[in-house]
Amino acid sequence: MKDTANHYNPYGDDKVIAACSIFGMMDTSGRRFSGVDITKAIANMHDRGNGLGGGFGVYGIYPEHADHYALHIMYEDKLTQRDVEDFLRDNFHVAFAEEVPTRRAAAIKSPPIVWRYFVYPNSRRPADRSNDDYVVELVMKINTGFRDACVFSSGRNMGVFKGVGYPEEISEYFRLEEYEGYLWTAHGRFPTNSKGWWGGAHPFSILDWTVVHNGEISSYGINRRFLEMFGYICTMHTDTEVVAYAVDLLLRRHGLPIEAAAKVMAPPLWSHIDRLPDNEQALYKSLRQVYSSLLLNGPFTIIVAHEGEMIGLTDRIRLRPLTAGVKGDVLYLSSEESAIRLICPDLDKTWTPMGGEPIIGRLKTNKEGKAVTIEECAVA
Amino acid sequence: MNPTATSIERSGTTVKIDASGVYYRDLNTVLREVVTGDVERIDLVNICGQRYIGTDLGREVEINIHGTPGNDLGAFMDGPRINVYGNAQDGCGNTMNEGEIVIHGHAGDITGFSMRGGKIFIRDNVGYRVGIHMKQYLSKVPSLVIGGTAQDFLGEYMAGGILVVLGLNLRAGETHKANFIGTGMHAGVMYIRGSVERHQLGKEVGIVELNAQDRENLDLLVAEFANHFGYDAKEILAGDFIKLLPLSLRPYGRLYAY
Repeated sequence: MKDTANHYNPYGDDKVIAACSIFGMMDTSGRRFSGVDITKAIANMHDRGNGLGGGFGVYGIYPEHADHYALHIMYEDKLTQRDVEDFLRDNFHVAFAEEVPTRRAAAIKSPPIVWRYFVYPNSRRPADRSNDDYVVELVMKINTGFRDACVFSSGRNMGVFKGVGYPEEISEYFRLEEYEGYLWTAHGRFPTNSKGWWGGAHPFSILDWTVVHNGEISSYGINRRFLEMFGYICTMHTDTEVVAYAVDLLLRRHGLPIEAAAKVMAPPLWSHIDRLPDNEQALYKSLRQVYSSLLLNGPFTIIVAHEGEMIGLTDRIRLRPLTAGVKGDVLYLSSEESAIRLICPDLDKTWTPMGGEPIIGRLKTNKEGKAVTIEECAVA
Repeated sequence: MNPTATSIERSGTTVKIDASGVYYRDLNTVLREVVTGDVERIDLVNICGQRYIGTDLGREVEINIHGTPGNDLGAFMDGPRINVYGNAQDGCGNTMNEGEIVIHGHAGDITGFSMRGGKIFIRDNVGYRVGIHMKQYLSKVPSLVIGGTAQDFLGEYMAGGILVVLGLNLRAGETHKANFIGTGMHAGVMYIRGSVERHQLGKEVGIVELNAQDRENLDLLVAEFANHFGYDAKEILAGDFIKLLPLSLRPYGRLYAY
């Protein structure tokens, strides 16, 4: 077996100081910006990862194909790619397809073949199935039915870029300075319970939901079995995958507001619920009863994103760090404040959110056309 | 990782180091090298996330940090006096033995973690589990003073030392928000200015009246705090304080005794 010790521990220390790093930045005015700043910020937390996973999620990058689902697919070999492309043509209109542009990066070893496809469901979609549900179903079919293929991004006007390497190396490899989006998330990985592989890097994603995570979801088994009942099949061998499917189920399919979904994943403790007014007690008790299997146990800080929204959340006793910062229209979320200061030295304010309390950034004009500001959402 | 070129300027007993882009290992190596002879003061500029600053210097020296130092600022520190003109991250003062850290801003989680000597003053708020497992022995009594408020598990498993929360940024009638204050505390003392409800306290602590010794402790620490950050000590001391003491020296002694 290949000895990777020298790669992640060049000083031969007996203790490795790593933890994961996460970072998110969103311009709530909708202004798009390149991947340069977030790459700098996540690289400032280099020592939190160990080079076995890095990745980015970016929103607003494919305006020319905004109506199409952008499937990012990695393949181990050309034969698998041919089979999957046949499958795509059978089930979708494929408007455009190309290899995802990369550059030679010394640190990136034996990368998979990575292509992107801009697709729309064709007449095979059953009438009782929404486009979104159809896409979820077919992503699951590809990820479970083709041994050497992995769909790791499937939303509209957004994309995930990830692989084995430090995040700054992944950014260089995928030329992320050439993309522009209004919301970026990033992750540097330090795998604890599972191997480092290309599909196992963060963000984890389904449709336009992405999740980056620092921590350990010890309820993974319970969460996974619950999600399987709704057609989500875990294929990435990593705890964080359940969070991506949980937010798709809670927010998109069950229509919960994010504030309620946050209380499903990080519910108030029973002793806290006992002190609340009757109507809130009833709400939190119902959420804990109906969705007890989606409670995320164990230490976590996550940044969840989807079209127009970025959410930071920690477990209720905050066993992993999260710092928030605001400058004008821009909301920053990070494992460490210094990473934010590096790219924005003159923040209007920074604070560490309470455990279990979501910090939410929304595009100033949301789907209902209602103006929303960070200040209203991000209460310290 | 290549050692990064570091810009160092010396003038008399002061050394100024520009840390922009300098890797933490290289920075701490440089600090060990410059803390010799008659150097009394080190100014660090453009600090951004470098860890462990102030560790392993083993003597008194003033270190002024401009920027945002990384985790475990002053870890195992034994002598230096650090001023941070900005905010500190997590683990500030981890197991420090002697010296002083003054933060002109806020500090993150587990500030004062396992501290065994010296003093930490923080102007604004602090994060979770601050003062966790502070300890004391004979003349070594660490002190941690927080100007703002704290988040949950303040003073968790405290085994010694003095922890003060002044609540200076609370509005009139506002209580501290922290829950599980003093959970598992079994020695040391906590003074809190401003109100907390009984349910915010851990099971292992009780509220008691302040005595003359407590007043003396507070007079000294609040005077130093006020001096660092330009407050009026008398005004602060005029507020109502509560004192938290552990109810037992071995709160979990019977946990596994069936």
